[in-house]
Amino acid sequence: MAVALTPGQPPATTEDKPRVIVAPVAFGDKVFRGILRSAGLAVFLITGLILVFLIFRAATALRAMGFGFFTTSTWFISTNQFGIAAILPLGIIAALFALVIAVPVGIATAVFISEYAPPRLRRALIALMDLMAAVPSIIVALFAVFFLMPRILGFDAWLSHHMAFIPFFRFRLPNYGSYYANATFIAAVAVSLLVIPIVASLSRQVFSQAPQGEREAAYALGSTRWGMIRTVVLPYGRSGMIGASMLGLGRALGETIVMSFILNPSFVFNYHVLESGGNSITVMIANHFFVAGAKEISALMAGGLVLFVMTLIVNTFAAMIINRSRSGATASAD
Amino acid sequence: MLTHDPQPSATAEDVPRKIASPDSAAYLATEAKVHISQVTPEGAATLAGSAFGALGLVWVLYERVLPFSGVLGFWLMWYAVFLLMYAAMARMQWDAREVSHKVALVAFTTGGVLAVTIVLGQVLFVVARGLQDALHVAMWTQSMAFASPLSPLSVGGVLHAIVGTLEQIGLGTLFSVPLGLLAATFLAEVGGKLARPTRTIVEAMTALPDVIAGLFVYALFILTLGMQKSGLAASLALAITMMPIVARASEVVIRLVPGTLREASYALGSSQWRTVLNVVLPTARAGLATAVVLAMARGIGETAPVLVVSGVTKEFNFNPLSGPQVSLPLYIWEYAHIEAVNATIVTRAFGGAVALIVVVLLLFALARRLGGAAPGELTRRQRRRLARHGARA
Repeated sequence: MAVALTPGQPPATTEDKPRVIVAPVAFGDKVFRGILRSAGLAVFLITGLILVFLIFRAATALRAMGFGFFTTSTWFISTNQFGIAAILPLGIIAALFALVIAVPVGIATAVFISEYAPPRLRRALIALMDLMAAVPSIIVALFAVFFLMPRILGFDAWLSHHMAFIPFFRFRLPNYGSYYANATFIAAVAVSLLVIPIVASLSRQVFSQAPQGEREAAYALGSTRWGMIRTVVLPYGRSGMIGASMLGLGRALGETIVMSFILNPSFVFNYHVLESGGNSITVMIANHFFVAGAKEISALMAGGLVLFVMTLIVNTFAAMIINRSRSGATASAD
Repeated sequence: MLTHDPQPSATAEDVPRKIASPDSAAYLATEAKVHISQVTPEGAATLAGSAFGALGLVWVLYERVLPFSGVLGFWLMWYAVFLLMYAAMARMQWDAREVSHKVALVAFTTGGVLAVTIVLGQVLFVVARGLQDALHVAMWTQSMAFASPLSPLSVGGVLHAIVGTLEQIGLGTLFSVPLGLLAATFLAEVGGKLARPTRTIVEAMTALPDVIAGLFVYALFILTLGMQKSGLAASLALAITMMPIVARASEVVIRLVPGTLREASYALGSSQWRTVLNVVLPTARAGLATAVVLAMARGIGETAPVLVVSGVTKEFNFNPLSGPQVSLPLYIWEYAHIEAVNATIVTRAFGGAVALIVVVLLLFALARRLGGAAPGELTRRQRRRLARHGARA
């Protein structure tokens, strides 16, 4: 009760109601908004069409196999013994390993660019990160097969000899180079090169939005730069980092070219990532589509459908997390 | 590295400050500039010392004492030991907070430098391998129609694939940019209940598996509508992968347009569509052009969607509407993966990669050139025109 009314003033009797303001929308604007809104709807329409037509074309294979499509690990089309029981988890393991490498490197790069790089270099580094995102996956695939693969075999052997206490790194084949080549681990390293720029550029955007006032407050309290990053930037960017990692997972799950260049397709589920083998739905599509008959195409469509639904779910969650973290930071139009 | 650092470090010893006492008249007279630098002899010596110390220690341990081998493992171990030694040496001189700051600085800087090295490294490696082919005039002027697998590099080239790539990306841009721009304008200018789910779906579509776009086009246009495998089908698949990229990047740019410009336009009595068309989009023009070119650069490198729907040929096909039409990524895929029967063929694939990198870099340089200006910032030509008009008035 800090404010005292003057004694002579009559008490307010009529309730204050905000006046409802209705701005008439001009006809031209109605048409304009209608066009824009239909463009927004078209995005949903395309996503829906992809789903509908994949289901439509996958129907033959799914009818032939039923639920067995998810429990069969062999790929014999003519005898109706095909499924994704081995292919799908093999692809997921490769994607997860790619993420294990890409997320720390990507976030470190983002912190470096947004917090440590000299301001004069920052713009060039951001451009370079964009460029890295635009490096075609086929270039990465060439690099991975002809440069990385011959050089990483020694490291693979090193991992299998000294890190075998981690079950993933157990190696049960003879200790020859060719048994290490074409393995899931090598594919994961190569795919991580494609995921790093996604994680880095999205996290960098979130980091750069960390409020300036709080940064200065941290410095004013005597914090070092690392202290400021740890207490202001990283907590602020947490949901952005999670979202970026999930989008990276979506990218890794859908990577086709690099995986099919490197892997030596196998149809047995095997979580020992150093052993030659590995597979994924995308590899099956890339390697078999040219030579496939009608029924196999239907089977590949069914695999594509599973992949589409899976990545759509992962990506949508990721996008929701990123958008939530972003909406508080900038004044959005909605 | 790290010459100009705006933050004073926690300890005063390693920061040379050239300030006279503020009370003295000399201080007021000279206005000595405060120069804060974090590169000190102690700091540099600590860094170099721990780097060389770690190298020595790891060499002894790795090569002589422990039963390890492998180059990559050696350098990984060197990096870990280097960070540990650096932390220990720093702890001997500075307090704990300073040490954590310095270690974080070194770790993040090396991480950033590593990422940059990887990008440049992979591009340089591919270019170095591909130059063998790219230095032949034939590569840039011929198709593969008259080259057998045993032909030398002086016969046969990638021109047919360059033609295919340019036509497909042109058509793909034509299909994807209008829709992407409209969707972006919707997200940034109209908003409403529909905007949030649309933005989520657009964002999700940017990371969609690219091979799915190819499968979809195959299922709808080739199997259902009876189209042939052709350049047009490939460009439709590219459009589906490019559209969300255009939409997302353009929305960010449109949002950067200052609200005061819109309000000024409304205050002058213009309607929303006039405001958007005459004020918002022209202001964001440079950024929108960048968004489009970036999407083109991404689309050009897409192999998986094209792989499924465009078909492969060794000959020129200028008509995107009929017959198979090969593009650069598919050419590389073909010669590095499917038909890689001898070293010459693989070199041809690397030559195609050089052509692809050249095209992507050209587009990228164009994007930087177009998008160098922030919204509202004038180009040199616009400034000249303004100056001319100003002089005349």
